[in-house]
Amino acid sequence: MTLSDGGSPAIKVDDLTVAYGDKPVLWDVDLEVPAGVLMAVVGPNGAGKTTLIKAVTGLVRPVAGTVEIFGRPYAEQRRLVGYVPQRSSVDWDFPTTVLDVVMMGRYGGLGWLRRPGRTERKLALEALEMVGMTEFAGRQIRQLSGGQQQRVFLARAIVQDARIYLMDEPFQGVDATTERAIVELLKEMRGRGKTVAVVHHDLQTVPEYFDWVTLLNVRCVASGPVDRVFTEGNLRLAYGGRVSYLTHHGPGDALSGEGDG
Amino acid sequence: METALKFLADLFSNHTLRTVGMGAVFLGIANGVLGSFAVLRKQSLLGDAISHAALPGIALAFLLTGSKSAPVLLLGAAAAGWLGTLFIMSVVKNTRIKYDSALGLVLSVFFGFGLILLTRIQRMPVAAQAGLDTFLFGQAATLLLRDVATIGALGAAVLVLVAVFWKEFKLLCFDPDFAHCLGFPVRALDILLTALLVTSIVIGLQTVGVVLMSAMVVAPAAAARQWTDRLGAMVAISAFFGALAGGAGALASSVVAHLPTGPTIVLCLSAIVIVSLLMAPNRGLVWGWARERLNRRRIMVDAVLADLHVLALRHEDPGHGHPISVLRTMSLGHGGVDRSLELLRKRGLVRKTEGGTWSLTPDGLAEARRLSGKGDEGP
Repeated sequence: MTLSDGGSPAIKVDDLTVAYGDKPVLWDVDLEVPAGVLMAVVGPNGAGKTTLIKAVTGLVRPVAGTVEIFGRPYAEQRRLVGYVPQRSSVDWDFPTTVLDVVMMGRYGGLGWLRRPGRTERKLALEALEMVGMTEFAGRQIRQLSGGQQQRVFLARAIVQDARIYLMDEPFQGVDATTERAIVELLKEMRGRGKTVAVVHHDLQTVPEYFDWVTLLNVRCVASGPVDRVFTEGNLRLAYGGRVSYLTHHGPGDALSGEGDG
Repeated sequence: METALKFLADLFSNHTLRTVGMGAVFLGIANGVLGSFAVLRKQSLLGDAISHAALPGIALAFLLTGSKSAPVLLLGAAAAGWLGTLFIMSVVKNTRIKYDSALGLVLSVFFGFGLILLTRIQRMPVAAQAGLDTFLFGQAATLLLRDVATIGALGAAVLVLVAVFWKEFKLLCFDPDFAHCLGFPVRALDILLTALLVTSIVIGLQTVGVVLMSAMVVAPAAAARQWTDRLGAMVAISAFFGALAGGAGALASSVVAHLPTGPTIVLCLSAIVIVSLLMAPNRGLVWGWARERLNRRRIMVDAVLADLHVLALRHEDPGHGHPISVLRTMSLGHGGVDRSLELLRKRGLVRKTEGGTWSLTPDGLAEARRLSGKGDEGP
């Protein structure tokens, strides 16, 4: 893994602690993600996966800890980080079109006062083509299926042209075909040097889809290359030994991916 | 007819009516625009809380200055409305009380306090207090030209700011988290948009009244949402509806004696909302109902055709006639066999034999095969 920007990791999290009320959701998390990896964030329900992403992007204020993006505080590097929220976080009955939502990804680059114009339109259409949604450009967003909504969010992230992408459950509620298409897209993004972190639920597909993994359960259990870190021991630590995955796959044959469960 | 003509003549010649009409149209536009954003952010009831919360501000502004001039009272109203909004936000943030309860709490407490102050003012021995109670239900006839100037200036300022921050406001309403990640100061934008909402509400209070002002915020936007799927169009239509209802209600209440303006405007708004809910293309209930009827009828017709097909399959001769009673039995629960047969006959798919029975035409046979998904095979 090559480190860019003078060896600074893409994401560096130090001593991150987040609490809702008096209940800690993340406890003293240290994390280093090198540039150019496709990383899964896995862990049981309530492990703080979404909170980790929200804390990195400043949407949730941590009790303690720092987040650095390419060696500088997140606040200075906000534009370099793209965020793909859970589909359910927005109102899909909002009066707007698919193309319009995708163009929102350019608003940051436009800055104040300037309106999106022909350039933004062109970029948005290109992104829609990448996610296979060209024919839906003029659609009212209410008419989209779950998988299509997810693709629109990805297109919006693409036009943002960030260097790091944080995605909250992009595979939730999408069919197998769409999941494949999204994975291909993510790998293509990695190929272009982007760093992508994805909150993921399906342990089966981790070795197949990702090259980096973070196992989370309030604390950071382990983080590193999949073939080194995605082990039975670490999974047991993260999930408390309730993982059926372990009974069928040893750590070594994890790459077989599509096994029984 | 004569009265209508006289009214129109009055409208163009009568200075007072023109003033009142203009004021109501301005505030209708401002509230239609800001109301669209409030409705889309699911903050419809915030408008209600703000307008009720403004009452003690109006009363206090009068008590402190002894003045009834629009800028003074509006400033008091805006300050109290804003304070109410801050209360709601901090209650939601710092306690376990939910948003709707916080709204209800602030609304009633501020409004109650305002009523107490208003009662005190009524009993004051000075003559200057007369007319403050029109802020309860609104009285457009009390609008003076300089009030309208204030309304117009503030309304214009609100519209300009919405135009300047259009894309930011759109993003804020649709996906505030994403706006944050793009680097926009979401909190500041939120405060600005809410301040604009407070402003547009406050300029309507003298005309519409604190009790019913929220209708001016919510109704035009809710009606406009029915007609379009674009934010720009929604805001424009909402502004138009606001102007229409505001203007019509204010004028009617000025012409007819003892008609409070607020309720009159609300009646106009109700008419617009009802027509929009029923008649708007796509979303309108009437069209939805008609579409469903049409679909149901089509399915029933197809069912009769399929039944005839089933019968035809049992006979050597596909043109053999079948009595209607058999079809009625087969389509038990569908009903309307006679009407379906008549419709099919008009389309040339079935024919009535001389013996009064029904059979498929060759076209009907082809159509029935197509429906059953068997293509050209079959009998």
